Amino acid sequence: MNGKFKIRKTPLVLISVFLLLWLTGIVLGEPSRVLEQACSICLSCIGIG
Amino acid sequence: MEALRKWVQAVWFFLANGFWGFPVSQNIYKGPLKVICSPGLNCYSCPASTTYCPIGSLQQLLLSIRFSLQNGHYYFGTFVVGSMGLLGATFGRFVCGWACPFGLFQELLHKIPSVKYSIPKKLNWFKYGFLALFVVILPLVLVDQFSLGEPWFCKYICPAGTLEAGIPMVLLQPGLKKTIGWLYLNKMMILVIFIFWSVVASRPFCRTTCPLGAFYSLFNRYRLIKLKFNEENCTQCKACHSVCPMEIRFNETPDSGECISCMKCMTQACNYDAISLEIGGYSLPNRILTSGKKAGQTLT
Repeated sequence: MNGKFKIRKTPLVLISVFLLLWLTGIVLGEPSRVLEQACSICLSCIGIG
Repeated sequence: MEALRKWVQAVWFFLANGFWGFPVSQNIYKGPLKVICSPGLNCYSCPASTTYCPIGSLQQLLLSIRFSLQNGHYYFGTFVVGSMGLLGATFGRFVCGWACPFGLFQELLHKIPSVKYSIPKKLNWFKYGFLALFVVILPLVLVDQFSLGEPWFCKYICPAGTLEAGIPMVLLQPGLKKTIGWLYLNKMMILVIFIFWSVVASRPFCRTTCPLGAFYSLFNRYRLIKLKFNEENCTQCKACHSVCPMEIRFNETPDSGECISCMKCMTQACNYDAISLEIGGYSLPNRILTSGKKAGQTLT
């Protein structure tokens, strides 16, 4: 092991914050909207139309 | 290590683009896996794509935020930003170096023998502009009479979308050729520019334009898994400068937002254990990761 082992807390705080955001999105029903969007081709998005 | 990285990149390419039934279905994959966030930039309108592109989805949610609220839905993009943030806070730009299909595409182009040029560092800042303006502000602010905006980055810029979706969809559905206009030609021109630029410079899209790379770069200093600089071991030999594909001087800016953690500096350049892989504060022993001949190392 190189040097002393000291846990960095900032990444854990950030992961917790984004996990909370992610869960909030699930509670609000956002995954179904994301799935709906991802399953349809947006032609203008890919330069067609 | 470099061979392992190429294998991991290839695996991620096929995981994110694993629907090979598209020549029969003549359409994109529409299954439940598309609720999973693609770590790298990978257009979800690509016929083979099995996951959603976080940049595309975020724009779609933001451009329709008024419309959603009017209909009683609270889609603010928290699910997508949460997914991106979890990846960013854990890996940062490791994703760019190890799991991005468009990054792999640029690396392969850069292997074509040619004169090689560097990219002015000032251009690195442009990607933050693309993230703020084209992904967030313009889709959110400029709306039509139906309260709907446009996915500005996908529509006007994204060369990954042109390569993975624009070209294949026109080939799969020939009827679409009639609808090709200046928008398609504009995006083809952008793709061609990045193809030529990638031959002569290393990862130009990642460094100057990619909004996903810009987002992940914000976490590079604080991410869970990162490269650590052990100053006491550094001899200032500058071997790490010569191998870096992102032109970072690792010993001067170890937490640079540009670092894609390809680990070439650690495994191919540094002979003095001045660079190590750290997970949440624990430095992995270098002998696990470093093998093979390094720059300036002589066989005895």
